[in-house]
Amino acid sequence: MSKTKGKITGINGNMITVKVDGDVIQNEIGYAVVGEEKLKSEIVRIRGDIAFMQVFEDTRGLKVGDVVEFTEEMLSVEVGPGLLGMVYDGLQNPLEDIAEEFGYFLKRGALVEALDREKKWNFKPNVKPGDKVTAGSKLGFVDEGIFDHPIFVPFDFRGEAEIDTIVSKGEYTVEKNIAKATDENGEQHEFQMYFTWPVKVPIEEYEERKLPEDPMVTQTRIVDTFFPIAKGGTYCIPGPFGSGKTVLQQVTSRFAQVDIVIIAACGERAGEVVETLKEFPELQDPRTGKSLMERTIIICNTSSMPVAARESSVYTAVTLGEYYRQLGLDVLLLADSTSRWAQAMRELSGRLEEIPGEEAFPAYLESRIAQFYERAGLVELGDGEQGSLTIGGTVSPAGGNFEEPVTQGTLKVVGAFHGLSRDRANARRYPAIDPLESWTNYNSFIEQDKVDRAVDVLKRGDEVHQMMTVVGEEGTSLDDYVFYLKSEFLDNVYLQQNSFDEVDGKSSVQRQKYVFDKVLRILEADFDFEDKKEARDFFNKLRSIFIDWNYVDLEDDEFQKQEGEIDKYLKEKSAEKFGEDRKGLEDFSDEAQLEEEIEEEEKQKSEKEKTDGSQKSKKGNAEKGTDKKSKDDK
Amino acid sequence: MRKVYSNILKIEGDVITVRAENIANEELAEITTSRGKTLAKVIRLEDDLVYLQVFAGSKGISTGDEVRFLGHPMKVTYTENMLGRIFNGSGEPRDSGPALEENMLEIGGPSANPTKRIIPQEMIRTNIPMIDVFNSLVKSQKLPIFSISGEPYNQLLARIALQAEADMIVLGGIGLKYDEYLYFRNTLEEGGALNRSIFFMHTAADPKVESLMVPDMSLAVAEKFALEEDKDVLVLLTDMTNFADALKEIAITMEQVPSNRGYPGDLYSQLASRYEKAVDFEGAGSVTILAATTMPGDDVTHPVPDNTGYITEGQFYLHDGMIDPFGSLSRLKQQVNDKTRDDHRAIMDNMIQLYAQYKETEEKKSMGFRMTEWDKRLLKYGDKFVSGMMDLSVNIPLEKALDRGWKILAECFKKEETGIKSELVDKYWPDGTPEISAEEGQEEKSEEADKKEEVTEEKKEE
Repeated sequence: MSKTKGKITGINGNMITVKVDGDVIQNEIGYAVVGEEKLKSEIVRIRGDIAFMQVFEDTRGLKVGDVVEFTEEMLSVEVGPGLLGMVYDGLQNPLEDIAEEFGYFLKRGALVEALDREKKWNFKPNVKPGDKVTAGSKLGFVDEGIFDHPIFVPFDFRGEAEIDTIVSKGEYTVEKNIAKATDENGEQHEFQMYFTWPVKVPIEEYEERKLPEDPMVTQTRIVDTFFPIAKGGTYCIPGPFGSGKTVLQQVTSRFAQVDIVIIAACGERAGEVVETLKEFPELQDPRTGKSLMERTIIICNTSSMPVAARESSVYTAVTLGEYYRQLGLDVLLLADSTSRWAQAMRELSGRLEEIPGEEAFPAYLESRIAQFYERAGLVELGDGEQGSLTIGGTVSPAGGNFEEPVTQGTLKVVGAFHGLSRDRANARRYPAIDPLESWTNYNSFIEQDKVDRAVDVLKRGDEVHQMMTVVGEEGTSLDDYVFYLKSEFLDNVYLQQNSFDEVDGKSSVQRQKYVFDKVLRILEADFDFEDKKEARDFFNKLRSIFIDWNYVDLEDDEFQKQEGEIDKYLKEKSAEKFGEDRKGLEDFSDEAQLEEEIEEEEKQKSEKEKTDGSQKSKKGNAEKGTDKKSKDDK
Repeated sequence: MRKVYSNILKIEGDVITVRAENIANEELAEITTSRGKTLAKVIRLEDDLVYLQVFAGSKGISTGDEVRFLGHPMKVTYTENMLGRIFNGSGEPRDSGPALEENMLEIGGPSANPTKRIIPQEMIRTNIPMIDVFNSLVKSQKLPIFSISGEPYNQLLARIALQAEADMIVLGGIGLKYDEYLYFRNTLEEGGALNRSIFFMHTAADPKVESLMVPDMSLAVAEKFALEEDKDVLVLLTDMTNFADALKEIAITMEQVPSNRGYPGDLYSQLASRYEKAVDFEGAGSVTILAATTMPGDDVTHPVPDNTGYITEGQFYLHDGMIDPFGSLSRLKQQVNDKTRDDHRAIMDNMIQLYAQYKETEEKKSMGFRMTEWDKRLLKYGDKFVSGMMDLSVNIPLEKALDRGWKILAECFKKEETGIKSELVDKYWPDGTPEISAEEGQEEKSEEADKKEEVTEEKKEE
């Protein structure tokens, strides 16, 4: 605790002004003492000896003259083993422990340690006395679920130190002093298995940031094929209420092929978090065979929880994401919704009586949004490993109008835009990502040329559709009409996806490549129709059998059989050689891809003569258990 | 502690300022004016300046009036004796019964811990087909009724209050017309539901700030009954737009920067902290919230309905005296409508799709297009659907409503035209209805295919 003490001089909502008697730090944490309770607060402005602080709790009952204690620390989170599977509030209080201690309600001022202090971890030392260490050096490893979790020298450690002692292999709690070291100035330091890190400061303990290139597979077709996201990239999902933002994120959190998913439920409905909370422990992660919860961290600051903590919740989430990136893992952060976060900033700004910008959002809104998304990235870590943090944020624009500050500020800084449309949602075309308005800067695993050709069909189909609303079906030529039918076909069988279906809900890379080829051939084939009615009937039937095919598992014998039927049906009306010259499923398989990659990797290996390919091998397909576990070998 | 101050420095809008010491945020004070006593709440502290929001409004307050601080925040009584009673926006009796002061309870308590919630899974039957069949209400759901002035939203709420399967009802009236207040009281009394109801009634004639307490009091009492007595409580709030307007008034008096059409920047949080009180507690009762929200100018993008839509689990649109099947949505319906009767989802999906086609046909008709045989049947179906299902006077349990659905379908369509799985059709298709001749249906084959397609789409949604 700092020597500086303060006394409250004013209270306005969750903003208090405090007269302090010594030095204070911007963003320093203090506790307003009211009876037995200590309310966590953060300094957001300093004027002379007056500190303006936002209180992370309800300020009911605070009085002018109440004491504030300062900590000399900025708002921080604990990082170390034991974060996975946890459910935290915006300030990293574990909600399950709080429920156990305080019952149904979130008690004000309840402070519980983020990391379990009792749990013992099986520690394997990685250094020996005499070794030199710096910030980010790995002192040892513990097993955290499926991961080998390195124990780092804290990232804010300055200079170099020599290890004096280190504990032997064994079971320890996170608080155990596992190593002692002496730095260049002869000062002694003790290291534990965890340390704290200020949430508003990015963790930059890596060699360099790299350009995100590898796709992050979400298994949602419209995303992966048309508007892909790269590992280490950023994207946003704006949409009015009821357009399916949260469902889309829930599906992504389930099926995304990444190592760790962090869900930041920021100012949204508690009920939706409860679904994730209760269902994830039951669901199996196909990549590991363990429960999905073991790769998930939930930061849950729902709409009725204190606003200031909502503001910090996205920072808490991104800091934990950066920490796991340091482990050489692919991390996905899903923030739902960044508009609520922006609103929290707006409330704070209003209480500070700052001059408002557009729609009363603070003038620094855009730079804050940019800073947040910039914390994503693909990085090369010290030992040649790579880690990535991908950020996807939903935006809830007021009135569903994208011309508002949060959407616009976000669009400037993200790499992909998945705009949800109310029209598509009303027509039950889910996921309701608008294929004509959305965009991406990342590359798909499907050749860009093919994707462009499909998009052209969509565009032309849309034009015909627009025209038809004016001149009616009668005034449209058969050719145009067929284009329209083709674009509808593409929409129905490929863009739309039933996220609640066991099979259709997740579409693997192999399946997407295979099916997309087929769809594209149909789009580009010439058909011979008598009239519009015949064309319409033909495509209706085709759509129907194609959707049935979508529901069949790739491994199922039915898959080939139904495809044969589709080919047969197609040939009734087209001279194209559907099905006769088709490539085998194997050509699209992930193994084929994996082999290619391994070859490539071996080439690299021989060049570099050292193992650096753990990332590459992981990318292939862990689903089939082919992960080479090169990481474990270290 | 209970010091009395008699020097009011400022009176602005419904906010007064006094100089006082050792006052807690959100503490209550009692102001004695020449016209009687009123309560006020501390909303801001600045050194020794205390800003108070006066529930009865500042009209008639003298700068020399006495302000006595009570040393505690707003509380409301919680006892069995509240059942059948009517209170005003300050929690005082509005009926002739005695004041209740036992077991006082702080209002606006902390948020429920998300880990202590359970996934909602019990349906609340209302005997209104548009709700039960098409957008089932689920225990612990929070749903607004989006409407415009003049629509019978209060009648709808009163009916739901009477018919819904809930152990008790808490009705919070906010800026209600006096007639509507009487309507609610009489309806519940006649329906014999008064003895399981508690009213917090703020009428349009009452001072506007007093309405700010109504949702909090209603919800605090409801929450307590749910937790302590394991009751399933249905809270009805009408009209939440008035609540938001009262917030706006205070915010502007306090010189807060408005964000959108004069509403304060924290409108979302304010509404959310009320709506999120709808919880199904693990191992206890539940709170369900239905709230009327009038949309000024029938504009759903107006800040109040817009923010509400982002908070609640769906919405009912009340248009032309009927719950509009388009736009109305219960986000939780799929948690329950697979556990009722096996034809529930099929009837729900297919009747709505056919209704959508009917709407298109109606449009075509109004533009003067030729009506085909199929169009005519759709029009017939639409009429029957509106009068047999949508009309708010229809009052039948879910099973009867499903049967009626089959009957309407059978009167207008052939079995295969409904797009429903044949297994269900065989089971539920009413006997003895005249089969519609084959050639009538023939020319519409393609539309049939269309329909089937839409069925699969609809299923995706589920």
